[in-house]
Amino acid sequence: MRGFVAKALTAVAITALSAGMAKAADVEVLHWWTSGGEAAALNVLKEDLKSKGIGWVDMPVAGGGGEAAMTALRARVTAGNSPTAVQMLGFDITDWAQQGALGNLDAVATAEGWDNVIPTALQKFSKYDGHWIAAPVNVHSTNWIWISKDALDKAGGKAPENWDELVVVLDKMKANGITPLAHGGQPWQEATIFDGIVLSEGTDFYKQAFIDLDPAALGGEKMADAFNRLLKLRTYVDDNFSGRDWNLASAMVINGQGGMQIMGDWAKGEFLKAGKKPGVDFVCIRFPGTQGSVTFNSDQFAMFNVQGDDKQKAQAQMASSIESPKFQSAFNVVKGSVPARTDVPDTDFDDCGKKGIKDLAEANTKGTLFGSMAHGHAAPAAVKNAVYDVVTGAFNGKYKDGAEAAQALASAVAAAK
Amino acid sequence: MMSAASQETAVSTGRIARTFIYLVLLLFSLYYLLPLYVMVVNSVKPLSEITGGNMMALPQTFTLEPWASAWSTAQIGVEPTGLKPYFINSILMVVPAVAISTILGALNGYVLTKWRFKYDGIVFGLLLFSCFIPFQIVLIPMAVVLGKLGIAGSVSGLVLVHVVYGIGFTTLYYRNYYAAFPTELVRAAMIDGAGFFRIFWRILLPVSGPITVVSVIWQFTNIWNDFLFGVSFGGTRQPMTVALNNLVQSSTGVKEYNVHFAGAILAALPTLLVYIVAGRYFVRGLMAGSVKG
Amino acid sequence: MKSHAEIDFRTRLQDWLPKLVLAPSFAVTLLFVYGFIIFTVVLSFTGSKMLPLYTFVGLENYRKLWALEHWHTALVNIAIFASLYIVICTIVGLALAIFLDQKIRGEGVLRPIYLYPMALSFIVTGTAWKWFLDPGIGLERAMHLWGWESFSFTWIKDSNMAIYTIVIAAVWQTSGFVMAMFLAGLRGIDNEILKAAQIDGATSFQLYRRIVIPLLRPAFLSAFVILSHLAIKSYDLVIALTGGGPGRATELPATFMYSYTFTRNQMGIGASSAVMMLMAIAAIMIPYLYSELKEKA
Repeated sequence: MRGFVAKALTAVAITALSAGMAKAADVEVLHWWTSGGEAAALNVLKEDLKSKGIGWVDMPVAGGGGEAAMTALRARVTAGNSPTAVQMLGFDITDWAQQGALGNLDAVATAEGWDNVIPTALQKFSKYDGHWIAAPVNVHSTNWIWISKDALDKAGGKAPENWDELVVVLDKMKANGITPLAHGGQPWQEATIFDGIVLSEGTDFYKQAFIDLDPAALGGEKMADAFNRLLKLRTYVDDNFSGRDWNLASAMVINGQGGMQIMGDWAKGEFLKAGKKPGVDFVCIRFPGTQGSVTFNSDQFAMFNVQGDDKQKAQAQMASSIESPKFQSAFNVVKGSVPARTDVPDTDFDDCGKKGIKDLAEANTKGTLFGSMAHGHAAPAAVKNAVYDVVTGAFNGKYKDGAEAAQALASAVAAAK
Repeated sequence: MMSAASQETAVSTGRIARTFIYLVLLLFSLYYLLPLYVMVVNSVKPLSEITGGNMMALPQTFTLEPWASAWSTAQIGVEPTGLKPYFINSILMVVPAVAISTILGALNGYVLTKWRFKYDGIVFGLLLFSCFIPFQIVLIPMAVVLGKLGIAGSVSGLVLVHVVYGIGFTTLYYRNYYAAFPTELVRAAMIDGAGFFRIFWRILLPVSGPITVVSVIWQFTNIWNDFLFGVSFGGTRQPMTVALNNLVQSSTGVKEYNVHFAGAILAALPTLLVYIVAGRYFVRGLMAGSVKG
Repeated sequence: MKSHAEIDFRTRLQDWLPKLVLAPSFAVTLLFVYGFIIFTVVLSFTGSKMLPLYTFVGLENYRKLWALEHWHTALVNIAIFASLYIVICTIVGLALAIFLDQKIRGEGVLRPIYLYPMALSFIVTGTAWKWFLDPGIGLERAMHLWGWESFSFTWIKDSNMAIYTIVIAAVWQTSGFVMAMFLAGLRGIDNEILKAAQIDGATSFQLYRRIVIPLLRPAFLSAFVILSHLAIKSYDLVIALTGGGPGRATELPATFMYSYTFTRNQMGIGASSAVMMLMAIAAIMIPYLYSELKEKA
């Protein structure tokens, strides 16, 4: 017992001491990248900063795609104790900027020419009122389908390119006795599928409905059709989908129980970890009818107001390290996403990654790069959750048809705006 | 219920009834043990056996790897530290918080029963309401206050929070316990000239064992298991539950369920131990006053 | 003269000491409980979004709250959940306590088994429960693998039944604790009363119904208060088991309040739902406290 106490006290003394020593120029980072691969990727950034004499105080808070972290952040900012940098998504960044809580990265951004290399659709979130406030880390795109090569071969072998072909493939898979669509019944997963469907109804329609929140588009015929497609997809899901984690749905595709999964590019990690090879064991395609367009979400580090010259310097250095092509490549290879700047060489990426980089560049120049509704890059949190309510309701059989769901969507969004 | 028939045939019905009682008791122990069984069994399997197999089945290959990993190498934050370093954070928070809230509870209970004053009932009622406030409600104002005090993101902040929302319970326990203690003894001591603290120290404290066990168990489990306050006000000294949550809830990575289960049991070990070791005193303590009202 | 003043001072100190000892607890409670409740009430009348704002909007939040379908779902759910949870926990707890009180061999082993769930948070046991209830990997699958092919247990996947799985897990967690409270009550009953009744020829059943259970009234009351406030506070449980799903079928007021305040950035509405919860708690607590204190005084 005494030994334990002594050890405990030493441990306290050491942590207290090291905390004291590291005071010089630290960055305190709040994030939710706690799984092996993600954290390893983030460690690249940490090491880079360390080589420049900047310490890293880690504050990881996982859960709910950052929901728990955002609650913790609110407590910290309210207490007047903001971290240096916080991992954040989409409209959360804008919301914090509106509160005047964020710092200014204009100096680094200008010096390094971020304006020219970071896609405009991302800049919408990294900038507020014309000033840089956040450093984007990656771009995930959500309109992907991951198909088991084996199941696809048995279902005709041709990857579907439009909605009708998709239905044909799904029907064949069903006839072959597998679950055609591996899906996890959580609101955000259903909304991810719905992103793809809405985008497949046309890029202009996606913009009107989800970015501009036009009531006519939200409640209109096309939206009714989109909901009908969602209900059609519902018929290809097994009985046991509700509440399932997305990675268990991936596992179904990996072990041959399921035919395909509609999920963002982070699903790739599951396939790779299981020893599957892109193109050989599984195929990655864009949601049929959305080729050439990308719905994205982007993790960014929002930089909070910090006091003191050395701290601001450390913060600027961190932002600069995040945007260095070396880190962008190293991080995104591991994470399954693509770099947040368009000039990073794709040499280290696998086939799906290369395709993702190409698609992003193409969508960026064509103007068909849109924020994902499901992942908080199309509309603020209140609207996003209102959309979740209706989409997940529809998927769980709450509305009799697409038209009724579309009506419900229009009124839910109106109420949340 | 047990031998509703009659007492005359006591022997035979008695035996049937007793078998029935034992059966029910065993059945319920299965119900209570099942989740623990699932956790333990799956914490000693390799991952492949979990994702492909029956979660109720015993392991085909026994491995302690997940335990080692959860304790010292699993990814919690940017560094693969395991749960180990967070354990000490929890201890540093729990020990003072339990001690302070128990001492205050004992003193409050003593005042409220042996040094009664006008409106003491109302004061007690007001104190008690703190047990019932949902913690989500107080998060934001608490952040403001801790920020003003300059102890947000520190262990002392967490200790304060847990003491504040524990006082209600501890006061309740000690008050009900001391209420059953003969006031005449206290009176006699007063007449002999013993002071406030002397009476407490010499007369009440020596008999407070059972209720102290209840109070400590209750506070220890609640504080150890708290997540919401820990994640909001723990700063860089996050407690064990937050670390466990980071381990289990990693968003877009491969889920190592066996490590998750091992970590969950590790995080729960202190409270489990407390319940198992002190369980018998717990019932005794409850008996000694808290529910007799 | 001097000594007289000293004595005077000491007695006065003795008079004040108890109140001084109580004062810190009372002061922090006033601030951290009642101050915060007032803060929440004020917030519920403002247009707060992500952080507190002090632009007053009158009863707007309450109007919005009661117009939300979710809130109605949450209320229906808490009604189902709380009544089942309280009733089942009480019955199970009482039955187990009575059974355990029959000079059972192995009581020392059984008691901690019944009690330990109270020691664990749902952050710890959530995954195990979720798996166990999941037809694809849990109980249903195990039964199928063991040869009972027709066994079906899909409640957690069914919008209408999922709330009952929450009850199962919640009862699991607290019924052992309720058992301990009743057991303590049973052990506290004077054996002489029971012996006298037995001599009068009462059967065991009558004994329990007529004499023991009425004597347990304080334990019933404590159990009711503890269970009802736990029911209203229930949050972790839902998040761990269903995340509020399928769809939004298992939303409870606590999850509703958290989600509107912290993830939907509609803090005003969140605060108004919090006020509703506080009123419900007060409605249960105040009569209880009143009767408790009146009895003692």
